Amino acid sequence: MATIEVDGTSYEVDGDRNLLDACLGLGLDLPYFCWHPTLGSVGSCRQCAVRVYANAEDTRGRLVMSCMTPVTDGQRLSIRDPESQAFRDKSIEVTMANHPHDCPVCEEGGECHLQDMTIMSRHTERRYRGLKKTYTNQYLGPCISHEMNRCIACYRCVRFYNDYAGGKDLAVLASKENVYFGRHEDGCLESGFSGNLVEVCPTGVFTDKTLSRSYNRKWDLQSAPSICSSCSLGCNISPGERQGRIKRIVNRYHHDINGYFICDRGRFGYDYTNADQRIQHCSIRQSADVTEEAPDYRDAINAIAVELAGAATGGNLIAIGSDRLSVEANFALQTLVDEDNFYSGMDPVQHQLLQSVLGIYRRPGIHAPTLREIESADAVLILGEDLVNSAPRMALSVRQATRNLSFELARKSQIPLWQDTSVRNLAQDRRSPLMILSVAGTDLDAIASLRLSAAADDIARLGFAVARCLSDRAPAVPNLSPDLESTAAGIADCLLRAKNPVIISGTSCNTPSVVESAAQVAMALSLAKSNGQIRPSWLSYVLPAANSLGLAMLQEGNDDNHLERAMQRVLANPGQCTALILQNDLYARAEPSRVDAFFGNLKSCIVLDQQPNRTTDRANILVPTQTDFETEGTLVNNEGRAQRYFEVFATDNPSLRDNWKTIANMAKAWVNPGTGQGLPESLLALARCENFDDLIALLKNRGGLFGHWDRAAPNAAFRIAGLKIPRMPHRYSGRTSLRANIRVAEAKQPEDRDSPLGFTMEGAPINIPGALTPGFWSPGWNSGESLNKFQDEINGHLKGGDPGLRLLQSPAATDMSAATSSDWFSVPAATPTAANGRLLAVSLPRLFDGEVLSALSPALAQRAELPQLEIHPETAAAVGLVEGHIATIRLESCQLKLPLRFNPRVASGLVAVPADVKTAGILPPVLLPAAVTIE
Amino acid sequence: MDFETPLTARIKANGEVTTLAEYRDAAGYQGLEIALSMESTAVIDLVKESNLRGRGGAGFSAGLKWSFVPRGEGTARPKYLICNADEMEPGTFKDRWLMECDPHQLIEGMVIAAYAIEADIAYLFLRADYEVAAERLQQAIDDAYQEGLLGDNICGGSYSLQLYLHTSAGRYICGEETALISSLEGKRAVPRAKPPFPQVSGLFGKPTVVNNVETLCNLPHILRNGADWFKSLGRGEDAGTKLFGVSGRVKNPGCWEMPMGTTIREILEGYAGGMQDGLKLKGFLPGGGSTDFLTEEHLDLPMDYGAIGKAGSRMGTGTMIVLDDQTCPVGMVLNLIQFFAQESCGWCTPCRNGLPFLRQLLEDLEYGKGRPEDLETMADYCRYLGPGNTFCALAPGAAEPLQSALKYFRRDFEEHVNQGGCTYRQQAKANG
Ligand SMILES: Cc1cc2nc3c(=O)[nH]c(=O)nc-3n(C[C@H](O)[C@H](O)[C@H](O)COP(=O)(O)O)c2cc1C
Ligand code: SF4
Ligand code: SF4
Ligand code: SF4
Ligand code: FES
Repeated sequence: MATIEVDGTSYEVDGDRNLLDACLGLGLDLPYFCWHPTLGSVGSCRQCAVRVYANAEDTRGRLVMSCMTPVTDGQRLSIRDPESQAFRDKSIEVTMANHPHDCPVCEEGGECHLQDMTIMSRHTERRYRGLKKTYTNQYLGPCISHEMNRCIACYRCVRFYNDYAGGKDLAVLASKENVYFGRHEDGCLESGFSGNLVEVCPTGVFTDKTLSRSYNRKWDLQSAPSICSSCSLGCNISPGERQGRIKRIVNRYHHDINGYFICDRGRFGYDYTNADQRIQHCSIRQSADVTEEAPDYRDAINAIAVELAGAATGGNLIAIGSDRLSVEANFALQTLVDEDNFYSGMDPVQHQLLQSVLGIYRRPGIHAPTLREIESADAVLILGEDLVNSAPRMALSVRQATRNLSFELARKSQIPLWQDTSVRNLAQDRRSPLMILSVAGTDLDAIASLRLSAAADDIARLGFAVARCLSDRAPAVPNLSPDLESTAAGIADCLLRAKNPVIISGTSCNTPSVVESAAQVAMALSLAKSNGQIRPSWLSYVLPAANSLGLAMLQEGNDDNHLERAMQRVLANPGQCTALILQNDLYARAEPSRVDAFFGNLKSCIVLDQQPNRTTDRANILVPTQTDFETEGTLVNNEGRAQRYFEVFATDNPSLRDNWKTIANMAKAWVNPGTGQGLPESLLALARCENFDDLIALLKNRGGLFGHWDRAAPNAAFRIAGLKIPRMPHRYSGRTSLRANIRVAEAKQPEDRDSPLGFTMEGAPINIPGALTPGFWSPGWNSGESLNKFQDEINGHLKGGDPGLRLLQSPAATDMSAATSSDWFSVPAATPTAANGRLLAVSLPRLFDGEVLSALSPALAQRAELPQLEIHPETAAAVGLVEGHIATIRLESCQLKLPLRFNPRVASGLVAVPADVKTAGILPPVLLPAAVTIE
Repeated sequence: MDFETPLTARIKANGEVTTLAEYRDAAGYQGLEIALSMESTAVIDLVKESNLRGRGGAGFSAGLKWSFVPRGEGTARPKYLICNADEMEPGTFKDRWLMECDPHQLIEGMVIAAYAIEADIAYLFLRADYEVAAERLQQAIDDAYQEGLLGDNICGGSYSLQLYLHTSAGRYICGEETALISSLEGKRAVPRAKPPFPQVSGLFGKPTVVNNVETLCNLPHILRNGADWFKSLGRGEDAGTKLFGVSGRVKNPGCWEMPMGTTIREILEGYAGGMQDGLKLKGFLPGGGSTDFLTEEHLDLPMDYGAIGKAGSRMGTGTMIVLDDQTCPVGMVLNLIQFFAQESCGWCTPCRNGLPFLRQLLEDLEYGKGRPEDLETMADYCRYLGPGNTFCALAPGAAEPLQSALKYFRRDFEEHVNQGGCTYRQQAKANG
């Protein structure tokens, strides 16, 4: 710590920071452009000048760039002295010399850091009389617009895109006042993190093209705290809505998870919620060809209740949950039909994988790290995940982790870690070890110290061998080649030498041995590193969906209630069962002919879903559901953090209710008509749930992992100064006139009885708990940079607390030796080499079109590569396949035809099948890995 | 001539290159042999003792710079020596002379410096347009390798050095030592923040020393003749000789080696022969295009870093640009600002956009669109571009001629405003 004096006031600050960082952290206003809280300082914009004084006697002082000046104890400085103010004014003046001043038509307007800093610097008068420079803009794809004339050359974009995120196709071109930030030619930005340019760029050069289609100012967007549901990481987001449409998504800072950045899938994948194809009304199919469209919601629920009651009495009621929907919706469904009749909707392998992951996470000696912790790791071992495609934000964290060596070198050379270019120049391409074992190569391979492609079981075997090298209590791996033996020893050695090693694996391979081998390495590492005190090893699993772990928790210890079991039950009782399916297209979950058989043998099928699909086609009664933007709930991310999301806007469609509420309504309808006698108390309790907090209370009663469920976010009674938290910004315009074409009288704002947020602009947006912060704004700070007013220090925690509740507290130091010795996993056999034309097909996750809902977004669909089968050229030659030809894969009743692409990173003997949603509809990835014929 | 000219003594009047054999005959590479017989730290001490200051413009003590390089076991390797031969400062053509005519002197100096800092690799970073120098240097380097003066086990000893000639792509900013390093790494020629200094983290993140051509050329002589001899060469506070140049409308523009501390008058009137007939001296930039104007009143100052500094300018490269009374100072400054604006690397705002701003104001003055308040705006901008305010020293240097012109030639600027454009041009027109 250090004491500094700023304009006469003394403050305690962190001595490892620079002056700009320290001042902003204190809540002081000081303008800047090129500095960024995570990208560090480079000293290019010269906007952050302050005056520092050498000592108490010094009255003249010296102008310095605060972002480039380390804090020192006893330092005295002035932000307000006239000379540094004049300097900053002048910097704005030259910055603006070529700026088009087109705020009225600029989409950054109203959330523009350049506007804010211009005003903060008090620059008002324009003296430059010359012609302005103009540039040609580029087409950068469906997500990002480019308007180079607005550029102030702060270099943030390229520093984020290239240095931070590893992008290759954005650059600073030309020099002097002609510097140009763009691609070598028009074309779609390739990086899966390109969307962050919208927030990183302090001006309107890079703006969100998806917002542009039907534009609104930030001040006209209504927002609520939300959680991305496009993968298992649970990045915090802030969606903006106007007139019933989600217009865009921006990052919502979470210290432990996404920090300042999210991926493009999370940012641009929201359009499913606006899709015309959305299911808007209930429908009841009276008979095969008579469908009653749009019955009243009540009637539909009553009809369902009759079905439920009937099926339940015969013991023929089953329900299928969803790993994408909230814990509450799944819990309500589970309560409605009773635990025994509730099935996860996952195929057995995946279901058991998740139970296994949950079990492993709860073992002593294991800690599920946050992304922030992963970033701090100085050695990373990845088993079987292609993170950029399966957990994109984690890939960004791993990329940062490889920089820890450079930080260590910088510390030794006494270079402050925030001095970004200096640290990078010092380290050049020296990186902390990143070891990647994958089936077909990954996008992180370029920065990996070790990369190896192998079939899943062989990846696992190598993992087990690493464990064995770490602890001889772990079982040995038979028949391992000497080469692999020494690779394993190298990996083990590297993990052992690291201070904070992390092991990453997941469910992408759909292979239990991979998940188990990662656990084995982690346990062995804990043992190897223990000296009396056990330090838990960091082990992170990437999971299939946003709430995979939450669903697994609801079924903890139950290895059986998966989709296959539900199917068996239906097939064993043909024509008897009624199934209630919660937003889950079963055709992507099992072999399609088997799913057909399942539906064919149901008595009645009730489906709740938001988008039409092959499963909704089979529904007898179909009830629309809300998207995550329209309702509230809790998702448990891959590290076991329960995070609440809130409805961004109230839909005015009477058929569209909260998912959990619709289920509770079914219970109510079931119980009401005097049929309540003899029904289980839990069902009665569900029927009594009037609002979300009632349901939370029920869930909390389950105890165990759910015992503190109410702590994930404040309940609906929470108020600040007697008021709810506003979802609308202060300047939200046209509220009363928006609906004037329908009715002139001002409509009453919808009420939200389920949360402490209001559909209003009234309320003080200060001291808001982190979990309830819809977005960031502060007087004078209209852009996302206002975040610094909400953090306890730059890059720190939200003052209102980090959102969410970690459910898996890592166990206190336990005696590991006792706990683990009997718990080693056993080693699988090596993958047999392909024989007589058969290959092992594996599934490859896909960033832009790999997740069911986000894939519906046109912007993402456009960015997805054409699906192709990938194969090592030698494997192809062995089975006589030619690049570019259409190959056909057959597996059970599935037949998939795709063009063939040679990729030397695919492990030999394998054919990699893309897991885009279209391909998945033909050959569900859950069926893989499997031996297939290919021709 | 009553003084020694060690740097140029071997240079032939006809401009031909000195061959390795000729160089050796004139005591060439003896300095290197002496150096190799010494501890490398002793070489540093000797050079420190000699008070050799950098000839690239900043005048920093060469020995002191070397002493910041981490040494001994466990230091980062390889270490680098870079010779800065980018020489693109307007009005400066001294290094070119040394390289074209006596390349071995530079190579010997480089090996000595490299030995002193325990460098493994040396780069000679040469201005793109110096094609003759490039050819001759490459020949000299090849010859030196051939004779064991470069490469492994130099002069049969244990020291090894690989030396490479690198020709730049041709940007003024590549002469700024950290931008030079960036460019040598294949990156954009953008300067780097200091600290960390190149001595600690330079080329490819490794310890690196950058020295000017002329600085390095002094080394063989210091090694051979000792520190006291070197100090005795200077007439004033500074040691050694210096290449001084004069350009502009003088009778005999050129470049000469003279003792440090020679007066400006002696250089200008003696060597350069004074102003051309009919012209009067109006002012001069004493150390190249990025130094402040001095005027007649300063003619008797010695060319010493301190003395020129005290007068409000800089020794810079020691190559003067002379302004006569019939050339428009506004036009001259505009020309310079134009150059610097064009050579800005584009990294920092004041320089990237501030220099074009100044260029615009000067153009307005020249073409009759100047306003009275522009003079204050320009002065204001010169202060804004001052040392420390920009990321590197290019912009402060660029502002120096203008800021001093505004002081010494204010009337000319005012006339431009009042007379609606360049009065010199109007005059010339009137005179036919
Ligand atoms: C814009 C700019 C251009 C420069 N150009 C040169 C150059 O061409 N040659 C040179 O030796 N030094 C040049 N310098 C100075 C170098 O940065 C550096 O100080 C010098 O090479 C150090 O060598 P010395 O200590 O031997 O003088 C330049 C500096 C700046 C700011
Ligand atoms: S495009 Fe934006 S981020 Fe990039 S340099 Fe220009 S203003 Fe900065
Ligand atoms: S898809 Fe995953 S990584 Fe991307 S924003 Fe959503 S949660 Fe984050
Ligand atoms: S002053 Fe700034 S823009 Fe100019 S050359 Fe130096 S770093 Fe580049
Ligand atoms: S923020 Fe400090 S120089 Fe840009």
